[in-house]
Amino acid sequence: MANVLEVVNPGPLSILQDLGRLGWMKYGVPPSGALDQEALAIANLLAGNPEGATGIEVTYGNFTAQALAPAVLSCTGAWAPVHIDGVPVLPWAAFAVTPGQIVSIGTPAWGVRAYLAVRGGIAAPVVMGSTSTYIRGALGGIDGQGRALRAGDLVAASEPPAAVSAATAPASAVTARAVAALAKRQAVFATAHSSAPARGSASTPSSKGRAIAIRVVMGPQDDHFTDAGRQTFVDQEFTLTNRADRMGLRFDGPAIEHARGADIISDGMPPGAIQVPGDGLPIIMLADRQTTGGYPKIACVARADLDLLAHMRPGDRVRFVPLSAQDAYEALKQEQAASRAPGRALRIKIDGVEHVVALFELQ
Amino acid sequence: MNVHEDAPKLLWAGDSAVVIQFGNDISPSLASRVRRAANALEGARLPWLVEVLPSYRSVLAEFDPRLISPAAAIEALQGIVNVADAPDGSEVDAALVEDDIVTIPVCYGGQFGPDLDDVAAHTGLAPREVIALHSEPLYLVYMIGFTLGFPYLGGMDPRIATPRLTTPRTVVPAGSVGIAGNQTGVYPSASPGGWRLIGRTPLRLADPSADPPCLLRAGNRIRFVPIDEPTYYLVGGADNGQRA
Repeated sequence: MANVLEVVNPGPLSILQDLGRLGWMKYGVPPSGALDQEALAIANLLAGNPEGATGIEVTYGNFTAQALAPAVLSCTGAWAPVHIDGVPVLPWAAFAVTPGQIVSIGTPAWGVRAYLAVRGGIAAPVVMGSTSTYIRGALGGIDGQGRALRAGDLVAASEPPAAVSAATAPASAVTARAVAALAKRQAVFATAHSSAPARGSASTPSSKGRAIAIRVVMGPQDDHFTDAGRQTFVDQEFTLTNRADRMGLRFDGPAIEHARGADIISDGMPPGAIQVPGDGLPIIMLADRQTTGGYPKIACVARADLDLLAHMRPGDRVRFVPLSAQDAYEALKQEQAASRAPGRALRIKIDGVEHVVALFELQ
Repeated sequence: MNVHEDAPKLLWAGDSAVVIQFGNDISPSLASRVRRAANALEGARLPWLVEVLPSYRSVLAEFDPRLISPAAAIEALQGIVNVADAPDGSEVDAALVEDDIVTIPVCYGGQFGPDLDDVAAHTGLAPREVIALHSEPLYLVYMIGFTLGFPYLGGMDPRIATPRLTTPRTVVPAGSVGIAGNQTGVYPSASPGGWRLIGRTPLRLADPSADPPCLLRAGNRIRFVPIDEPTYYLVGGADNGQRA
């Protein structure tokens, strides 16, 4: 174990995440883990790690760290400029740093959460099977007690590169998967955000983004709403408010009408549950959600679109598109199959210049 | 195979989870069916089943879509639950065995139960009567939620029901035993809270480094046993909530 990075500026919120702690909800502990699971998995593969290694989830960019040792890093997720000593490097690709160099992740052009992986994986205490930071529950993270990163924190790689290289996917497969995931996020978010970020509820964005289609499976408590209420849910658009964090996303919009009150006997909270309290406005529950809840859940977000929720900004509009559980599953399978097919290219813009990207893992 | 007249409903909760719902009220008999189903699902050791979360009247079962399709998962879950839920004439207490009764020692009143006198004043009882009524019943743990190891209990004597504090405390020490309306509970870890605190247990209800990480689970019965302050310290009770 060797120190690789020293955090100079963590930005608004930077926390260690892996793919989460599953199986502990019965004890009152939510899964936590990277909100954009595919982005963390790809960051790890690009850096030469197994998918589930610990990385840094950087919220709204403005993260700076200094390299303490030679290291291979990669950054995925939100489309944020990445620089080494002020020189831009490609996001969604691996890059090398030498001791003393400054790595910075700037304000994302689109999306919210960027994922920084370090070859060897980041070393952190394993709490209930995971290193994921759960701030409210004081679990996991850099100190094992749920703390976010702060200036001066030393980030260590848990394994020397040789020990992990055998577990990684071939570079071409990683590249195809990275291109597919980046293309999907770019297609949704490059046009989704308002031109001026909504910083307070009073601010009026100068242009509205395109509504984001989020696929959902109706239920388990859609029968707690009137026909008109269900119609409102699938026909209308909802706007993300400022009350958005890793626990959930609270939306504004037309009220969804309940059929018989907004209380149910508290029950388990599935991933992506969309609960509707008495005010009729939907809340999508994310990885740090409470494990049980007493509001009816009109629908749950399909697996294939769960990762997108990591990148919604206040002011973004969403449209819920219902489909059956089996159709949602087929859609997920299809996307995964497509993302494993090699031979795709992607056009991206960096500092105003268009590039056709070919991503390669550093060997 | 026999089935209950009110056979459980399996409801989709997205494309990778199912809610197995047994009814629509809070009762020991529903809790028993919930627990049997949850035990059967966990006992089946299915590699694709990643979460089994029992609550008052349902079980949430989450599966890994990389390993199984929703259609195959719901069929398998239905099969297991049907067998577990078949009535055998002993449904209320079938899941209650002696091992599952957890004794929780509580030092009532004084510095550990600063609201005991308020509860007594509100209910018109003497403090010792509040203690007697609180430590009399066998409580049922309906579910664990809210925070690591927090038990939702049923069975409190309505005579000691007392509303929450109008202004919640910013810190309630770990182990605090409180009353909120007609509920009682134990805080596994220090947290803000508005429950009326009547005592504290020296037991550690939650420990993230232990396996399992908490003392209680849904379906347990618990009994509060009064202890005095020297005993509280003897068994390792902490002074002022410095524990996790």
